Amino acid sequence: MADLPEVAPMKSDSELIAAVLRGDSESFESLIRKYQPRVFATARRYARREDEIEDIVQEIFIKAFQKLSSYRGDAPFEHWLMRLAVHTCYDFLRMHQRKKENSFGELSTEENDWLEHFVAEPSADLEKAAAAKALVDKILDQLSPSARLVITLLEIEERSIKEIAALTGWSVSLVKVRAFRARAEMRKCLRRLARDKYL
Amino acid sequence: MDLDALRKQLIAAARAHPPSDRVPYAFEKRIMARLAAAAAATADPWALWGRVLWRAAAPCVGVMCATMLWFAISKDLSASNDSLAADLESTVLAPLENLNDSW
Repeated sequence: MADLPEVAPMKSDSELIAAVLRGDSESFESLIRKYQPRVFATARRYARREDEIEDIVQEIFIKAFQKLSSYRGDAPFEHWLMRLAVHTCYDFLRMHQRKKENSFGELSTEENDWLEHFVAEPSADLEKAAAAKALVDKILDQLSPSARLVITLLEIEERSIKEIAALTGWSVSLVKVRAFRARAEMRKCLRRLARDKYL
Repeated sequence: MDLDALRKQLIAAARAHPPSDRVPYAFEKRIMARLAAAAAATADPWALWGRVLWRAAAPCVGVMCATMLWFAISKDLSASNDSLAADLESTVLAPLENLNDSW
């Protein structure tokens, strides 16, 4: 029987980080390969265009490489990286704060149909529809950066207040205040949607 | 329209459609190339010197153009001052020259 080729054992995150800090920057590639799907999924929550998403992810990994010496190792590397990712996405939202439109006049036919269906039957199971996803994306685009971040983390990703505080670096009370304001902002947005559609 | 129900439906829709974790082909290679380029640029003093020179080129050209413009304008002004003085002198002395001729 032919000998199977020897497979190099998978290095742990801490081994890879130690190697990078010793000057073996090639080890960083393994870290990128391991975490890039997660980072891409995070970036896609805050940006829509693929070139913007790639820029965000690139920035996250470059910052991670430059700040790797500040990683103390008392929490998993993934948590540290995700904190960096959330900060970078928040910076992106603040820098690219799109001019807010005060109307939903440009709803597609599918989105209009979805709303009609919702009004006719509010309790129906409608969340699977792609039009609903497109509509929620439009609403999130109209929120302020901090409101969008809080709604995404708290309502969509269903994270706890403590987790959000750890991810964003905000205090627990600040997260609560921002969550309250974000929900109010979202309600205002939905009220505007209802007014534009039915008045 | 029941806004609270609408909010719940929309949030449920966002949860039901998690973003894709698809990664572009060889994306990690792109990041590694960027990191290598950045490291090379900071490690090579000649590259650093070259970059500084390139950055300094535009302000130097600007200063040169401003100096040339200033020199040209000041030369024009001094030339026109000379001719104005000469013109004034000949105009003022013209009657005296005529007077000499008549003697």
